[in-house]
Amino acid sequence: MKQDSRPINVSVTDLAVFKWPIMAIASIPHRVSGALLFFGVGFMLFALDMSLSSEAGFETMKSLMATPVGMFVTWVLLSCLAYHFVAGFKHLAMDMGIAETLEGAQIASATTLFLSAILIGLAALWVIWGGF
Amino acid sequence: MVTQSANLSRNGVTDWIIQRVTSLILAAYTLCVLGFVLMNPELDYETWSGYFNHSAMQIFTMLALVSTCAHGWIGIWTIGSDYLREHLMGPVATGIRLTFQIGCVLLTIAYFLWGMNILWGN
Repeated sequence: MKQDSRPINVSVTDLAVFKWPIMAIASIPHRVSGALLFFGVGFMLFALDMSLSSEAGFETMKSLMATPVGMFVTWVLLSCLAYHFVAGFKHLAMDMGIAETLEGAQIASATTLFLSAILIGLAALWVIWGGF
Repeated sequence: MVTQSANLSRNGVTDWIIQRVTSLILAAYTLCVLGFVLMNPELDYETWSGYFNHSAMQIFTMLALVSTCAHGWIGIWTIGSDYLREHLMGPVATGIRLTFQIGCVLLTIAYFLWGMNILWGN
């Protein structure tokens, strides 16, 4: 393929001069949370494996999740799951032609950010108190 | 057009459909497990293992595992092919991207085998 000089992508330093519409702000965490979840599956399988291995394994996993590191990992994974879940449904709605106008996309992005912020807050409360 | 050789189905439209179908399976599975955990605040081993040993739940978990692997691969492939590119990092990009993608494929296979072992191994 012949090389041409059209800009295909931008350098990191260009990010500062970009405008950041709310759609972009809502889109980036979707990608970041997806990447974190891809590597987080390892933690989830580890937790599932240990919790199902035996009564003792279940109790060990429970106490691991109650340590500060365990609580933090649990909260991060739940937060990523929450954000990816909400933003994913926004995508599915857009596939069906919903919120494709500029204004519609802005509302959908704000709704995504708002709903996932609530869910992330609830996840923090759940992790801290170990249930509602 | 660049021939894609490392995406899941070798076809963008098929990848797109797989991503949507698996997202719905994973959303349903997430709600299912989350609902169970929230409804059982004093969860013990008997209840927990009984839940996952139920044959309907075994099938659902296997479906979610396959969906996780497919969805995760399509997602991470997209990220790798967006950012690990020559005009961002020079000619080393191809090698880095290939290494990253091979690493992620191996991780995905490991997840699948580990998940199968958890489900049917015990």
